[in-house]
Amino acid sequence: MNMIYLLIGCSILLALMFLLAFFWMIKSGQNDDTFTPAVRILFDDEVAEREIQISDEDHA
Amino acid sequence: MLKENVISSEKHCFHCGDDIIAQQYIQNNKRFCCSGCKTIYEILTAHNLSNYYVYNKIPGKTQSKATSNFDYLEVPQVVSKLVDFEDEIKTIVTLYIPAIHCSSCIWLLEHLHLLQSGILQSRVDFLKKQVSITFKNDETNLKQLAQLLSSIGYEPLISLQDIVKKGQSSKTERSLITKIAVAGFCFGNVMLLSFPDYFGLGDFEREFKNFFGWLNLAFSLPVVLYSGREYFISAWTNLKAKRLNLDFPLALGILVMFLRSAYEIISQTGAGFVDTLCGLVFFLLVGKWMQERTFHHISFERDYRSYFPVAVTTINEGVERPIPLSDLKTGDRILIRSQEILPADAILLNGEAEIDFSFVTGESIPVKKTLGEIIYAGGRQLSGSIEMEVLKPVSQSYLTQLWNNSAFIESKKRIKTFSDTASRYFSIVLLVIALGAGIFWISTDPSKALASFTAVLIIACPCALALSSPFTLAAVLSVFDKNRFYLKNTAVVEELARINTYVFDKTGTITNPNAAGLQFNGTIIDAQMQLISDLARNSGHLLSRELTKFINKPAIYSVQEYTEKIGRGISGKVNGNDVKLGSSTFLNLPLKSSSEGSAVHVMINNVYVGFFTIRQQWRNGFKELMFKLNTQADLHLLSGDHNHEKKQLIPFFQDSSKLHFEQSPQDKLDYIQQLQKEGKKVLMFGDGLNDSGALKQSDLGVAITDNINNFSPGCDAILDGLSFHKIPQFIQQAKDAVKVIRMSFVISLMYNTAGLYFAVQGLLSPLMAAILMPLSTITIILFTSLAVRLFAHKNKLL
Repeated sequence: MNMIYLLIGCSILLALMFLLAFFWMIKSGQNDDTFTPAVRILFDDEVAEREIQISDEDHA
Repeated sequence: MLKENVISSEKHCFHCGDDIIAQQYIQNNKRFCCSGCKTIYEILTAHNLSNYYVYNKIPGKTQSKATSNFDYLEVPQVVSKLVDFEDEIKTIVTLYIPAIHCSSCIWLLEHLHLLQSGILQSRVDFLKKQVSITFKNDETNLKQLAQLLSSIGYEPLISLQDIVKKGQSSKTERSLITKIAVAGFCFGNVMLLSFPDYFGLGDFEREFKNFFGWLNLAFSLPVVLYSGREYFISAWTNLKAKRLNLDFPLALGILVMFLRSAYEIISQTGAGFVDTLCGLVFFLLVGKWMQERTFHHISFERDYRSYFPVAVTTINEGVERPIPLSDLKTGDRILIRSQEILPADAILLNGEAEIDFSFVTGESIPVKKTLGEIIYAGGRQLSGSIEMEVLKPVSQSYLTQLWNNSAFIESKKRIKTFSDTASRYFSIVLLVIALGAGIFWISTDPSKALASFTAVLIIACPCALALSSPFTLAAVLSVFDKNRFYLKNTAVVEELARINTYVFDKTGTITNPNAAGLQFNGTIIDAQMQLISDLARNSGHLLSRELTKFINKPAIYSVQEYTEKIGRGISGKVNGNDVKLGSSTFLNLPLKSSSEGSAVHVMINNVYVGFFTIRQQWRNGFKELMFKLNTQADLHLLSGDHNHEKKQLIPFFQDSSKLHFEQSPQDKLDYIQQLQKEGKKVLMFGDGLNDSGALKQSDLGVAITDNINNFSPGCDAILDGLSFHKIPQFIQQAKDAVKVIRMSFVISLMYNTAGLYFAVQGLLSPLMAAILMPLSTITIILFTSLAVRLFAHKNKLL
């Protein structure tokens, strides 16, 4: 049963690592803007010529 | 579907979606309402940025407003105040851009490097409407950057006061979140380690009990010393000031719980209350976070500095030079261009001044000034440039003097909340019961005396009580938010429930600044209306645009020989007819004194037809609102305008003695003070700088605006003009919220009483406390948020 000391030690260490990760996240300002990154990820990287063509037909 | 698109794109501008009324601007088969919109389209397509129009249909905003002059961004003193970071190679600046509103805006603003290679990076914060731009110093500068942004329709709003937040507020929020994280981390671990004890340990596992206890004690240290520190500090400072607030029983509860747990664990007599302790601090901090959370990024602390420009153009021996406002001296010669704001009291030297004072004095009609006249600071020049000589420095002008008043210097007294009052009695009763239980047990069974004394303080620790206000009020705040009523903090809700007197400003507050009602006096036929409409279309003057909107006819004829005399009138040949529109002097008519403000006279083929008069229009639902409020409260009107609308307004207020016209900003402030001396709780509705003093002095100042990103004076709450008619519902909701807080107080007191029943007998077990505390907390959270939503449905706010 002495194993339980080791296991509890491990679990607390693991939890502490998550807590530190959380601190790191707060400090790096990840939560300052929770909206824009969600939109940003949906943009295409390259300028899409083809899509513009389609929208041209839409409006012509 | 496709067909609809074709039809709509013929009538609406491809860039901004506005109706195309005047002549069309066509480029690549796309129609635009003005050359501004077309230019932006051309710039974007030329730089391969037409994806802007792919992510959203009509992503742009109308370009009809003239762009500002950014010369002052070359002045080093101004630049150094604006930039976040600067070295020899690059500069980082954060700009506030009110036009940010959709994903296309984000996309375009983050691809600025395609338009200007000197821009290294640009990041948008959508909710704050800010863009942070890094650029190379040798390729571009702040002025060019501002001009570039304006050229694509994203003009930055630059002010020296508080528009761009420098991360000051987020620091306190970050530290609170860190505290919550620590408390939550400890709470979770302690709960895990406490379970074995709650379920009973076999003989074999007894050896772990001590180990778990010591671990628990170790976890409680950061909770008490770090996360819960604020409660001890607040309780102590309040105690020193001889006040008992809710933090006192909370701090006492935390302290007693910690000491008793430490004693039990060290002496190996029990498991202690570490579980309850960590949970308590965790829930309390979550409540605090709810209370302080802001849903929006609106500034409530603006004064004249954010309304005034950052710099002004001076003329020295024929050389124009921008200087910062703070360097402006008496005797300086300044140049005010069209649509610019005059920053100091000055004498008109040159040019035609037509000044809009509506924001400063409440006067609804632009005023014409002649050479040599003094013009007070804060007015907006409407047409053409004027030259002036400064009479007084900025801080001592007629308008800004208001800010030297004591109402601005003394900090506003804190709003007394229900929980403040209730907690005083609560603390006293709690101490009496704890001491009573202790004394009782000393005389009968001294071994239980300390146990019952501490147990009372532990179980009665008003966690649920402390959470009922923040959770109720935060829920109300989010309901108000959805209805475009933005409060500065949660205490404002309780103050709103107590209001019994309402004071209204007139111009811009109860009248709608964007809609003037026109009326034609005389006889006119439809064909003549068509001619007037076609002529007025050509002018950018405010009245001409109103006229075109009012007549609402599609364009048929083009205009020949069009001439416009700024501020006087327009004329031209429409379908062979001579049409003249304008003031009576423009048409060479004998001066007619019009009692109802400005008039536009009409002359067709040298025959006088009649004139249009402009009437201020009440905001939507104004009449219903006043009749509703009349039955329950005292209504007053304080206007800086002339009293030509008094007759129409009398029926809305109980009697004419409550209507006051031609009030200076100081008069308004004094009037509110007078009402307060009579013991009234005053709510002031205002919109302009001239209401600033009254808004500050009143118990609750509400600024009304049609665009929350525009300037609004310092206040406790900002109301969007669209929700003006909902004011009685907001007040009812605030009253209901106070009811909800009282009900939840009763509920949490019931939990406390149940716990006390065991505590005074010395029978309180750690398990019981560990169940009762979270249970009462969750009940309160559920009850308050559900009750607030229920009332919001009843009040038709959801």
